[in-house]
Amino acid sequence: MLDPVVVGIITFVLAAFVGFEVISKVPPTLHTPLMSGSNAISGITIVGALIATGGGSDTLATVLAFVAVATATINVVGGFLVTDRMLAMFHRPRRAKEKPEA
Amino acid sequence: MSPNVRALLYLVAAVPFIIGLRRLSSPRTARSGNTIAAGGMLLAVVVTLVERDVSWSVIAAGIAVGSAIGVVAAVRVKMTAMPQLVALFNGFGGIASALVAGAEFIRADGQAAGTETMLTIILSVAIGAVTFTGSLVAYAKLQGIVRGAPITYPGQRLVNLLLTGGLIGIGAWAQATHEIVPFWGGAGLALFLGILLVIPIGGADMPVVIALLNSMSGLAAACTGFVINNSALIIGGALVGASGVFLTTLMCRAMNRPLSNVLFGAFGTEGAAAVTTGGIVRRTTADDVAIALAYASQVVVVPGYGLAVAQAQHALRDLAAGLERRGVKVAYGIHPVAGRMPGHMNVLLAEADVPYEQLLDLDATNSLLPRTDVVLVVGANDVVNPSARDDPSSPIYGMPIAEVDRAATVVVIKRSLSPGFAGIDNPLFYRDGTLMLFADAKAALTELDAALASV
Repeated sequence: MLDPVVVGIITFVLAAFVGFEVISKVPPTLHTPLMSGSNAISGITIVGALIATGGGSDTLATVLAFVAVATATINVVGGFLVTDRMLAMFHRPRRAKEKPEA
Repeated sequence: MSPNVRALLYLVAAVPFIIGLRRLSSPRTARSGNTIAAGGMLLAVVVTLVERDVSWSVIAAGIAVGSAIGVVAAVRVKMTAMPQLVALFNGFGGIASALVAGAEFIRADGQAAGTETMLTIILSVAIGAVTFTGSLVAYAKLQGIVRGAPITYPGQRLVNLLLTGGLIGIGAWAQATHEIVPFWGGAGLALFLGILLVIPIGGADMPVVIALLNSMSGLAAACTGFVINNSALIIGGALVGASGVFLTTLMCRAMNRPLSNVLFGAFGTEGAAAVTTGGIVRRTTADDVAIALAYASQVVVVPGYGLAVAQAQHALRDLAAGLERRGVKVAYGIHPVAGRMPGHMNVLLAEADVPYEQLLDLDATNSLLPRTDVVLVVGANDVVNPSARDDPSSPIYGMPIAEVDRAATVVVIKRSLSPGFAGIDNPLFYRDGTLMLFADAKAALTELDAALASV
């Protein structure tokens, strides 16, 4: 039986390589939405924050879990929303077909 | 729900993150990609909450507070302030990961945690805490709450080195003993270190810092994934970590400076000790520039951050629209460090309704410039400085630039001859074929638009 940590390391390394491959294809035009979007993805830590609210009534741990849920939610909700707002602004020419250069 | 089913569902939740990032490869698919990634996040949250012993009241309160702040921030932020917002969000991501690990430490009562778990808890807290305070300092600098210039003092590098060593030492102590004192002591030291590491970095280098902090918020999330043994966190964290590292390298390459120089070089402190090469400057007027633009067939605009500072994006778009109506082709040449974060200038121009197909990257710009009749340099300086290409003694030698001097005519809109952020004189201004229009960017562009109407 493999140690969970080993499985985790395998997952991490493979995901990092997938990340590099995928992200290197993002054009410079979209690097800001890439940052805010990937930032929202790092809010996946909300899963840990939700779990941390359970499992006992230690006051300090509950306070930490509450702040963790709140900050992770800011990250997730704010991150996806602001990325959507930015991406909505990227559009093709509205008027007649002007052929773009290069 | 069986642990195996739950683990598989977390994997299903992580796949949309990859699909979402994949769809960012084109502006056409990017928006739906973002929605797909958000869907993955929602699934991860639902999978977490089903049949689990959690405190619903704490969750409801946390999500209510977090959503309110997140929505208001995302809806109200100005596009020019995007770097600050992303810095702040990075910080929140970092502290959330650190807090989850901290709560885990308390719940496991320290002693109960296994060796590997303890190690990942410590890493998660340390990285998350440094990310948090480092991001707050970056936010404060970008927002202008503290001055953007590097804050330095004698022996700074030694202090930072010693504190980093101290943090590793305390971490090892916490790891060995599982005691509360070194654990919280280390967390406090990490918070302090985040501040100290970012204050010596100048405002112009913030794009690199934000990219790096982005990467660290991902690593913190991945470490937390190890703590709670969750593949969604590990995959999501690894993706963000990779993204941040990619953008950090890209930004460093665009400035032709190694990361160590950005982080520890305190670039931009020397002040304006630039040697002026001098020479004759050819002044021009808005009317003359309007004529040159009107009879051009290809115009390229090279915008810098000065454009955004002057809030001149919309005036620029109006001018470009006027030119396009006359059949002049207009494109925008965007240097990677033109804004305050990677891709920032593109967002600012997209907001001003510039179609993304006209936003060219540096390579496309440089291949178009030799066939360009008029280049309009607005609020940019160092990114069009030919010294970076020609003068090996220049501090920016080797930095990739927009080679505007390859075009037939260069018009530089600038308030004065003062050097740019790096304090380096620009021979472009004294060159034959360069015309200087001394004015505020917004006023000049509005005047050009008016002058164009009477050509």
